[in-house]
Amino acid sequence: MSNLVIVLFDGFAFGMLLFVLSVGLSVTLGMMNFINLAHGAFGMLGGYVTVLVMRQLGLPFIVALPAAFLAAAALSIVIERTLFRRLYRAGELNQVLFTIGIVFVATAVATYFFGTVQQPIRLPAWLRGTVEIGGIRFGTYRLFLIAIALAITALLVFGIERTRLGAQIRAAVDNQRVAQGLGLNVEQIFGITFALGSGLAGLGGALAIEIVGLDPSFAFHYLVYVLIVVSVGGLGSITGSFVGAALLGIGDVAGKYFVPEIGSFLIYLILVAVLLWRPLGLFGRR
Amino acid sequence: MTPLAPTAAPHAWLARQSRWSWFEVVFWLATLLPFFLFPTYLTLASQVAIAALFAISVDLILGYAGIVTLGHALFFGLGAYTVGLLSARLGWGEPISGLLLAGAVAGLVGFVASYLIVRVQHLALIMVTLGLGFLAYELANAMTWLTGGTDGLRGVSMWQIVGTFRFDLWGYTAYTYSLIVLFLGFLVSRTIVNSSFGLALRGIRENVTRMPAIGSDHSWHLRKIYTISAALAGVAGGLLTQTTNTVGLDVLSFQRSADVVVMLILGGTGRLYGAILGAIIFLVARDQLAGVNPQYWYFWIGLLLMVVVLFMPKGILGFLAKLTGRRD
Amino acid sequence: MKTKMMFATILAAGLSWSVHAGAQETVKIGVILPYSGPFADAANQLQAGIDLYIAKHGSEVAGKTIELVKKDTGGPAPDVAQRLAQELVVRDGVDIIAGFALTPEALGAAPIATEAQKLMVVMNAATSIVVEQSDYIVRTGVTIPQLNTAFGQWAFESGVKEAYTLVADYGPGHDAEKAFAAGFTEAGGTIVGADRTPVANPDFSAFVQRVRDANPEAVYIFVPGGAQPAAIGKALSDRGLAPPDTKIFAQGELTHPEALESMGDTAKGIITTYHYSLERDDPLNNEFREAYREANGGRSPDLFSIGGYDGMHLIYEALKKTEGDTSGDALIEAAKGMAWDSPRGPMSIDPETRDVVQTVYIREVQEVDGELQNVIIHEIPDVKDPLHGTQ
Repeated sequence: MSNLVIVLFDGFAFGMLLFVLSVGLSVTLGMMNFINLAHGAFGMLGGYVTVLVMRQLGLPFIVALPAAFLAAAALSIVIERTLFRRLYRAGELNQVLFTIGIVFVATAVATYFFGTVQQPIRLPAWLRGTVEIGGIRFGTYRLFLIAIALAITALLVFGIERTRLGAQIRAAVDNQRVAQGLGLNVEQIFGITFALGSGLAGLGGALAIEIVGLDPSFAFHYLVYVLIVVSVGGLGSITGSFVGAALLGIGDVAGKYFVPEIGSFLIYLILVAVLLWRPLGLFGRR
Repeated sequence: MTPLAPTAAPHAWLARQSRWSWFEVVFWLATLLPFFLFPTYLTLASQVAIAALFAISVDLILGYAGIVTLGHALFFGLGAYTVGLLSARLGWGEPISGLLLAGAVAGLVGFVASYLIVRVQHLALIMVTLGLGFLAYELANAMTWLTGGTDGLRGVSMWQIVGTFRFDLWGYTAYTYSLIVLFLGFLVSRTIVNSSFGLALRGIRENVTRMPAIGSDHSWHLRKIYTISAALAGVAGGLLTQTTNTVGLDVLSFQRSADVVVMLILGGTGRLYGAILGAIIFLVARDQLAGVNPQYWYFWIGLLLMVVVLFMPKGILGFLAKLTGRRD
Repeated sequence: MKTKMMFATILAAGLSWSVHAGAQETVKIGVILPYSGPFADAANQLQAGIDLYIAKHGSEVAGKTIELVKKDTGGPAPDVAQRLAQELVVRDGVDIIAGFALTPEALGAAPIATEAQKLMVVMNAATSIVVEQSDYIVRTGVTIPQLNTAFGQWAFESGVKEAYTLVADYGPGHDAEKAFAAGFTEAGGTIVGADRTPVANPDFSAFVQRVRDANPEAVYIFVPGGAQPAAIGKALSDRGLAPPDTKIFAQGELTHPEALESMGDTAKGIITTYHYSLERDDPLNNEFREAYREANGGRSPDLFSIGGYDGMHLIYEALKKTEGDTSGDALIEAAKGMAWDSPRGPMSIDPETRDVVQTVYIREVQEVDGELQNVIIHEIPDVKDPLHGTQ
């Protein structure tokens, strides 16, 4: 029993990491149909900013997290304004090619400045080790991950349901043309959403260092996981991304625990099965 | 893509499309240049020809039928392993029958997979192809006893082609052989896209809901072209095994699936020649840049991709066609 | 065979112009490594080892100038390695091919070494079979069975009777699993469970929990270097699998400097087997380590670095012995039986198998002057790869 609890817990925590990394892509893809394969590169940027802030400036991890968010969001605004904006009507193939180009460049730049080596960070003492609850030892950092992801989910859901910007985003996701016709500045809304989403990817990259490490291949490697979460969850849906990420995280960890022989297949089997059953993803509407 | 103008005589239009232009003749003559101008680059040239054949197979489904795939290495790898296993496990190294078998095996699996493929569109389609590609990779890794796993399959050895031509160190045989197979694969593809079947495919690409309305069974068309494409990719994979005498798990990798799509879009989709041109530019640029700087060559490749998208949104061949004022 | 001979003659004739075209006085070495892609770090470290050797000993040897031609495979792709080796021979006219961080690279290039009759120096690729693929191959890195069979024996002798193995699911991992189990069970131990983790495995918690359930006396781990050592190390300590309650055995990658920094105190007591120990106090090693750090912005050398460094040493010494003759046959003869003192300790090339023979160090992570280090607790000298001749 306690084994089951701990496996579910570990899987859920890993899923929450995937959620933070991918939720931004889900919303921006759902809104503008803009295929941004460079999403993982913003995650990588967040990771490297964290390393810099902690190592060069000597600031604590908890300060580095917002810094990672801000850096990724700020850079994404610049890139969106100067480059991506030209591509919204260029067709999905061009978007794929262009953003893959960005991943290549980002990887090379990261290698140039940081080298190919793994970038370790030292977590503060209060995030290390385990906490014992009811005789089961839970990883402190994983508890922290879950807490952050739940807080982000709550903020996003509240923001989308209750704020003016949220209403505008919903309108733009549901039907871009009608929203435009009603006088909404969809491009501006998209810019803000895009920055938020990239910022979250940056935060995800920062949070990921402790679990999966950080080196220049991060942008490419985690792209696949991010795409799986987005497509399984359904485009444009925060709930979808949350459930999709949790499902993948738990499926991955539980699969490896109970049937390690097919552990490496499991997430792809889930992916193919879910999409054949519901091509729009679990919570997709279009 | 500009919509095709309606015509009173579709068969005459098709016949006109399939006539050889002097552009094409010059192009194929130019593929012989490496023998004279770059005799030390023939191995690279043979790899380019193989990549071009692979890219053509993807163009058939992506460029003509609108099926975007990120998992086509599945079929490439099947072909590669078919030839490899035939030689390493059964001792059969005859190249031509090996290629045919590689195509048949990949085509068969493609036919089965096509039933899944036609059920999904857009992102789901891309992700299903990606998922199938990863499943194949993991399966090959799990079956190390058969495939040799990450270390690759050992003991692959090809016989001489038609009992006469040995695969040599300079790559004369490899390039000649790959070029002939590429040309044959191209001929088949060219015939297909310029047939009424090819026209139906373009119709599906442009408007999938309208095709059934004019009596076209679109999912059967898609399954057919997907199977053909898979078989062609399998032939390309088999060719790689034969010219290098090795098969490793990387033939099935996501990287290979992604690279081929990049080559195709780079050259220009829906033109066949775009696939060939894209393969040439991508691989030659990669070889030259990596020669200058083995660590950072992909920075320049990335930049190249971005520049092409910004200034040549229809790929390099589309850009050239526009320059010379030719229509699709 | 006849065609092969004929072909070699044609090739030699064809090559003669390219050799003459290049300056008479250079020795060209083609270096094939995964400079880009997920294994770029291995290539980087190995190249830094090569560069350090050249910087220290000059680029002139036996009256000739050493020139490197670098080629990028992008990862474990035997077909690419094969093409690059071919191009190095026919286009660049190299005299020696070297590098090879990954086994598939070495396997792809081996037939070319045979066909072109070039010395091929494998500086890392650690699968046992590599040296058997061509008579022109010599290895200066390490082999996985070499490290782990001896380690398994030692583990039993140190008092552990039962162990669980957890290895990455790919060639080297399978080798390590087999080798450790062979050494351990032959000595009398029992393997109570064995799991394999996917190579690109981001999260180890499930596998570590399986080990926890089995509650073995010891667990043996093999993961590739990079991100995984720290990840698995932390998963182990989170689940309470830590020395002294559960002994943790591993190949040295697990406790490389970056991983130790990331794991912190939880790494204490982990026991690893390796052929190169960073902190081993020895004049040669101290000099090597400091020079390496100085040349690489403080980064410490690892197994790749030492493989590259000693690989260059072998090439230099072989060239001196042949007085600059670069033919593959002369060089491989010169390499057989060569013995020298390396920063890693005494090492030699087995004249029979052309494989590396060296000391295996068993180390334990301990705190020394407030820093975590791999402290050598046992040495096993002159270890050969135990698999050669048995397969």
